[in-house]
Amino acid sequence: MPLEIIEKIEVKRLQIINERGEADPELIPSVSDEEITRCFEAMILARVFNQRALSLQREGRIGTYASILGQEASQVGSARAFSDDDWLFPSFRESGVLVAKGYPMWMLYRYWAGDERGMKCPEGLNIFPMSVPVGTHVPHAMGAAWAMKLKGHRKAAGVYFGDGGSSKGDFHEGLNFAGVFKAPVVFLCQNNQWAISVPRSSQTAAKTIAQKASAHGFEGIQVDGNDVAAVYKATKDALEKAKNNGGPTLIECFTYRLDDHTTSDDASRYRSKEEVEAWRAKEPLLRLRLYLEKIGKWTKGYEESVTKKAEESVDAEIKKAEAFPPPDPADLIRYTYAELTLRQKKEMKESGWGS
Amino acid sequence: MPWTKVYSNKAEFESALSDNRELRGLAYKDALLEATSQLLEADETVFVIGEGIDDSGGVFGSTKGLHLKFGRERVMDSPLAENGITGIAIGAAVAGMRPILVHMRVDFIPLSLDQIINHAAKWRYMFGGKVSVPIVIRSMIGRGWGSAAQHSQSLQSLFTNIPGLKVVMPATPYDAKGLLRASVYDGNPVVFIEHRWLYEHMGHVPSEPYTVPLGKAIIRRTGSDATIVAVSYMVYEAMSAADILKNEGIECEVIDLRTLKPLDAPLILESVSKTGRLVIADTGWKETGIGAEIIARVVEDGFGALKSAPERVNLPEAPTPASPALEKAYYPGKFEIAAAVRRAVNKG
Repeated sequence: MPLEIIEKIEVKRLQIINERGEADPELIPSVSDEEITRCFEAMILARVFNQRALSLQREGRIGTYASILGQEASQVGSARAFSDDDWLFPSFRESGVLVAKGYPMWMLYRYWAGDERGMKCPEGLNIFPMSVPVGTHVPHAMGAAWAMKLKGHRKAAGVYFGDGGSSKGDFHEGLNFAGVFKAPVVFLCQNNQWAISVPRSSQTAAKTIAQKASAHGFEGIQVDGNDVAAVYKATKDALEKAKNNGGPTLIECFTYRLDDHTTSDDASRYRSKEEVEAWRAKEPLLRLRLYLEKIGKWTKGYEESVTKKAEESVDAEIKKAEAFPPPDPADLIRYTYAELTLRQKKEMKESGWGS
Repeated sequence: MPWTKVYSNKAEFESALSDNRELRGLAYKDALLEATSQLLEADETVFVIGEGIDDSGGVFGSTKGLHLKFGRERVMDSPLAENGITGIAIGAAVAGMRPILVHMRVDFIPLSLDQIINHAAKWRYMFGGKVSVPIVIRSMIGRGWGSAAQHSQSLQSLFTNIPGLKVVMPATPYDAKGLLRASVYDGNPVVFIEHRWLYEHMGHVPSEPYTVPLGKAIIRRTGSDATIVAVSYMVYEAMSAADILKNEGIECEVIDLRTLKPLDAPLILESVSKTGRLVIADTGWKETGIGAEIIARVVEDGFGALKSAPERVNLPEAPTPASPALEKAYYPGKFEIAAAVRRAVNKG
């Protein structure tokens, strides 16, 4: 038998608005001007939220925080593509997703200040508590997607993880399962090039993360993660497919973490200033301003008013977060089980909690 | 109640059945199968997932034919990924389902401990009571057949240490059916551990659905001289030991623990306050096992009732052997339990 090729893999990359703010004329009509404007405003809000979180951490008013600077397009563009019925599974670096979906910002500040109640997702929002362990929520999203399918709902699940997470067993097990069962789930890899100090090149020998979907029998696509229109369209397309029994999609958002891994990290120890500056020139808001200006939707005054509104809103949310009373010590025990066990009742009584 | 009785062998059960033909007899595996089938029938949120659950054996008979009746979407044979399928079941549980996850051997569970310990057990607490994980993780422990070190362990103590989990180990067909149903509706993650030597055990099992409450142990035999607290298969060995000791004039009270976490300490304390002597017969290892917890609890809350130091019957401090000769030495049974009771009685 001669050696024959039985499978070929193609990996597509999508970009709609380039770094100069020029839009592809064939692709741009798939994302409305109004949607792009809303994305821009949500990205400003996410950036203000993020900046304030970093300041609060420096002032000792919240704990360790993971900055999203540079990843606003990947987060906002994808989050806005999901409908309110869908379920989202964010990781710890997804403030932009949460803010874009309308998660109460004061709760996020509470969470980062160390309050479990901050992840008590309000009714009406289908957002799963953010996963701090890396990649372990990939199977959860698959499970939720399966629940939707069993219930006959026309919904999908979306799960966010990083380039580091794509090396985990959970990632592969979740993707494999989704492929076998054609589950309605969108896997969103936020490839920000660094998993703390581990570069993308040390994470996998594969050329792209998108191609990892091929081994699990479904499509993966790489998008310019700093192009909000491309991220939005790729996610919308994946959702359309998922909800029509077309199965899962892996979207690799090719972006960059401009800040340190968290406020406890110092990225200058392991990456060059030149690399960071080269990516800073490609950050997502720059091109969006240029594009919106070209279509007559951006002025300096407009951005100033959007920013001012975002700052006022964030300041009010911080005030609300800081005025929120601390939890009752009985909460320590109260929420472990659906009901109190005999031992817990005894511990409550002995400690005088909840009395 | 007829169904609270335990029968050491089939002949004993059949003789009891002939006395009361109105009661239905069912094997432990069939009791689990019936419970699962009734749950799938009545509740659309229930589904079963596990590796090989649709094979012809059907997990020792306990899932046999369910995929034919309820379809492969609700009785899912899964790819080999213990951690992944545990995470998937957890995700589905959070999204409103009541999954029954089957890990065919408890030895496979260590691969999924991250999902069980760091996720299922934590979420209700970590997210302020908002998220619940109503998942049942069925698993099996063994004894013999050369299954050896990696396929025949008794790992329940890994789970009893974790707040947020419940651990159930039914010994009778009646309890297997009722506890499985109760576990599915418990609202917490439940680790449900069966014993492979029990699958063919017969007992009285009502045909209608019913629940047996979690956290409640049961007295299988009353006695005044010593309390034997037994777990899973060791209940039968304890009952046999009690028969042996009766001939020597020692009356044992046998408690079938049924749920290891939360522990029914009040029932144990009540029994020990009557007998003054305590022996624990567990299927697992001794150090930090359930016996250690039971003794600690009795010492803390009922020290004055103890007439002698408690005794424990466990596996030796070594992995499970494959060799039949070593297996014989490895597993304790009725004679070891009887000897432990005698020591407790002779000490005071």
